[in-house]
Amino acid sequence: MHPADTGIVRRRRRELLVAAVVLVVLAVLPLPIHDTYTRNLIIITILFAGLAQAWNILGGYCGQISLGHALYFGVGAYVSALLLTRLNVPPGLGMLAGGAVAAAAALLVGWPCFRLSGHYYAIATVVVGEIGFLLFLNWDFVGGDAGINIPYVRGLGESWLYMQFRTDKLPYHVFALGFAAVTWLAAWLIEGSRWGFVWRAVKDDPLAARSLAVRVFPSKMAAAAISGFLTGMGGAIYAQYVGYIDPDSVMSGQLSILIPLPAVLGGVGTLWGPLVGAVVLIPLSEVSRSYLGGSGSGVDLMIYGGLIVLVALLRPQGLSSLLPSFGKARDARAT
Amino acid sequence: MTVTLFAQVAAGGLLMGLIYALVAAGLSLIFGLMDVVNFAHGEMLMVAMYAAFVLWHATGIDPLLLIPVVALLLFGAGMAIYRLLIQRALSVTFNRGMVQIFVTFGLAILIRGAAQFVFSGEFKSINASWLNGKRLDLAGVFLPAPQLAAALVCLIAFALLLAVSRTEFGRALEATREDRDAVGLIGIDRDRIFALGWGLGTATVGVAGVMLASFYYVSPNVGANFALIAYVTVALGGFGSLLGALVAGLLIGETEALTALFVDPSLKQVGVFAIYMLVLMFRPRGLFGTL
Repeated sequence: MHPADTGIVRRRRRELLVAAVVLVVLAVLPLPIHDTYTRNLIIITILFAGLAQAWNILGGYCGQISLGHALYFGVGAYVSALLLTRLNVPPGLGMLAGGAVAAAAALLVGWPCFRLSGHYYAIATVVVGEIGFLLFLNWDFVGGDAGINIPYVRGLGESWLYMQFRTDKLPYHVFALGFAAVTWLAAWLIEGSRWGFVWRAVKDDPLAARSLAVRVFPSKMAAAAISGFLTGMGGAIYAQYVGYIDPDSVMSGQLSILIPLPAVLGGVGTLWGPLVGAVVLIPLSEVSRSYLGGSGSGVDLMIYGGLIVLVALLRPQGLSSLLPSFGKARDARAT
Repeated sequence: MTVTLFAQVAAGGLLMGLIYALVAAGLSLIFGLMDVVNFAHGEMLMVAMYAAFVLWHATGIDPLLLIPVVALLLFGAGMAIYRLLIQRALSVTFNRGMVQIFVTFGLAILIRGAAQFVFSGEFKSINASWLNGKRLDLAGVFLPAPQLAAALVCLIAFALLLAVSRTEFGRALEATREDRDAVGLIGIDRDRIFALGWGLGTATVGVAGVMLASFYYVSPNVGANFALIAYVTVALGGFGSLLGALVAGLLIGETEALTALFVDPSLKQVGVFAIYMLVLMFRPRGLFGTL
């Protein structure tokens, strides 16, 4: 092995080890906690860490700032819910179908939009997301603005395949964590593969990449498909967890911002950024909403918005750069 | 369907289109100058509407006469935002594009929260303008006076923006847009020009806000919808192009009105978005965009 590679190989192995430790810690985290509010908070935080990582694959590693990811989230949620209510397909499988349809949607969106660059691309994704929202809102087959209630399948009891748990919410923690782990692993694999290097070239300078025979458009499409698939799976898990979906809760423009936000504040294009961002952001926004926002006073929004401004200005490379061992400092020293 | 109904709807689309165009012009000006998309643009519109409401409520002065006051207030707000936040965001070396998006987005949430805190969530409206209740009858087509006045003011504001672009300041703006580093060599203070550009951009949306407030309800979330239309307008017309904003604004106003008439009112925005996607397929930089 080339001597310059060993540092990278060792670092990647260490990252995998750290991830395993983090996974174990997060897996046992809810066991001593019995209060529903906190458990729900943990599940949502982990789910958003996974969603932000899914976004990060397209937005961070490939540099395409999508502000329409709620579309893929919503498509995943709707496909799995419709498969269950209309065809009685268990959501355990419907989740994969939801991801596949979301990936197809991402390719369909990418085909016209990846010709656009910079802000033109970002705004086009906002618009595509909004079109999806309006169509679902007015489409009776998917329930229109009334949405879809996920039914309790009788005579089945507790079922992992149907993601149906009446007495205990803990299994959803397993799903959320498994989802987040899959997205992390996808990002880890991409970082080490040829794709990761190609995508970063596409991100940094598409013209230069092209002159080096990098196929820019197919690279973006591949990143979009993976990102869309994972986001759709997240949507399907969310649908089963909350038991009710409508366009407002799974397809709104607001959600399209909430999905990338943890990645942006934690560190775009990094392995740990999405998790760090979610751990800081989601509890903060949930707690301030439940303690300060109840009266509709807007104080929670002010804190939330102010925090986003501050972190973006003071830590443009993301909060995860504050962590001791995964920051860029070590890499800089190594090279 | 009668010809009168069609003319009525088309006229309504035209009047609304002019307001869309003016809201978009402020956004386009800032983008063209420094490549920053202000995701708090809709909130600036909302602030202007509340400013008009508060001033009218406190003094009883007709909103029409408040235009210069609100425009001046918003000019100051725009300059302050540039000096406090954007200047810093531009000097970031890492991740600049994303930092800009999320700084202005965070600002938008902050302003929305502040509006909710001060005014609570309820809808407010100005209902004692001299214009209220009046209308113009053009051969059976009725044009409500507030909308008509708003459209006229928007046209005047556009003319003023064009006039500004011919002044010494306008030429400095143009030069800074062309090459933000070289202008320092000929004695132009880049940050001052950027700050003034932000002031001008938000003052423009301020004018639109006052006129809108004379016939549209005000609430902390009113900006979001207009902002979305404004982004589409700017991207459709081409970032940085004043003429593009005007043409695209009118096109969007008409598309929205006619989709509502012929297809379904709840799908009027889908019509707008479809036109936008169609144009971008053939002109990725918008109708008049060069950036």
